[in-house]
Amino acid sequence: MWKGKDVISIRDFSKKDIEYVLKTAENLEHELKEKGSLEYAKGKILATLFFEPSTRTRLSFESAMHRLGGSVIGFSEASSTSVKKGESLRDTIKTVEQYSDVIVIRHPKEGAARLAAEVADIPVINAGDGSNQHPTQTLLDLYTIKSAFGKIDGLKIGLLGDLKYGRTVHSLSEALTHYDVELYLISPELLRMPKHIVEELKERGIKVYETSDLESVIGELDVLYATRIQKERFPDEQEYLKVKGSYVIDCEVLKKAKETLKVMHPLPRVDEIHPSVDSSKHAIYFKQVFSGVPVRMALLGLTLGVIE
Amino acid sequence: MSELKVTAIKEGTVIDHIPAGKGLKVIQILKLDKLDGGALLLAANVHSKKLGKKDIVKIEGRFLSEEEVNKIALIAPSATVNIVRDYKVAEKFQVGIPEEISGILKCANPNCVSNHEYTTPKFYVISKEPLKVRCHYCERTMEEKEILANL
Repeated sequence: MWKGKDVISIRDFSKKDIEYVLKTAENLEHELKEKGSLEYAKGKILATLFFEPSTRTRLSFESAMHRLGGSVIGFSEASSTSVKKGESLRDTIKTVEQYSDVIVIRHPKEGAARLAAEVADIPVINAGDGSNQHPTQTLLDLYTIKSAFGKIDGLKIGLLGDLKYGRTVHSLSEALTHYDVELYLISPELLRMPKHIVEELKERGIKVYETSDLESVIGELDVLYATRIQKERFPDEQEYLKVKGSYVIDCEVLKKAKETLKVMHPLPRVDEIHPSVDSSKHAIYFKQVFSGVPVRMALLGLTLGVIE
Repeated sequence: MSELKVTAIKEGTVIDHIPAGKGLKVIQILKLDKLDGGALLLAANVHSKKLGKKDIVKIEGRFLSEEEVNKIALIAPSATVNIVRDYKVAEKFQVGIPEEISGILKCANPNCVSNHEYTTPKFYVISKEPLKVRCHYCERTMEEKEILANL
């Protein structure tokens, strides 16, 4: 059922698909703990095509493939490839698929992963296409929440920071429409969640609350998903300066939170979460980083057809 | 009503009830300006009971496919199409917005891969009223104003 499938957008995933990936990841995590390393993908080659740098995502995929017993080829910036000579994405993909069994692509153009999947006969996994989709991040976010609470349904989840340009919060909120959750959208006025996404969430039965005041809602939340205010996404630096440092989660702010509140962040962070929070019971953002490995192992194994 | 100032055609297609001012866009969408066969007639800003003012396009010696005609609906949802044979209307139908739009619309997102690589742009219609489409590649939603600007 999964063999040969592409992983391009969280929109393509049903709840059943999501749950299946999360379950497979959980099984793999246990098996990995027990055995140390696995051999499901022995003899298989992953090509990581990173047309723009992303250390965390690339290393996480590479780690996942090695943990499955497979091997990895690839590049981490377009400047060292034939793209610099003017090669089209189409041709790069047709070439690389001759050398590998599965492709992971990160590309600055939106829709690049979809195009790559149409061109390639082997599975393609989207590791981020511009400001569009990053489905494996969303799956690992869901996996982290499920690992922390044993469930997703019934939770009150706050999304904080740059909700306008933040790709991760767009995809995560889209995926959460499959669950019975309440969403608190916390951002400066300038960085509110796009109207069409809020409308879609409401249409799909999610209770949505929008505010710019974190302290007024933090006591309600089970999960606080913070994001970085991304300087590079602002067309005008003056606009960035208006909202820079809008929120800082520190131990003082967390005094108003539930004992069980979990703080997440897709990382890298700048100043949104004070380092003193790292050692608190609330912080699960490094566990979130780890979750990337079993989730990506699951996706690689399933799409390669070596895990069913 | 004043007499229609456009010659009748023997064989071909008449696209009627186009909102005034959109006739030229219809011609462009259907690439009728590259016609190498019969006459192409445009009546612009003529009186209409239904619309007040309307445009009419007559294409001599050419019959449009239903899919081709449905493209017109993106800019002229009120349009009707008449197939003319031997000076008589042999068939008449209302245009309809298709579920998928391929090739005639460009993505408004300058960073969309479809604007940079060799590929046919494709969109899914997610709402007909108001008209909203989603790009197959970058997943960006476009509304009517952007759609018209990118036809």
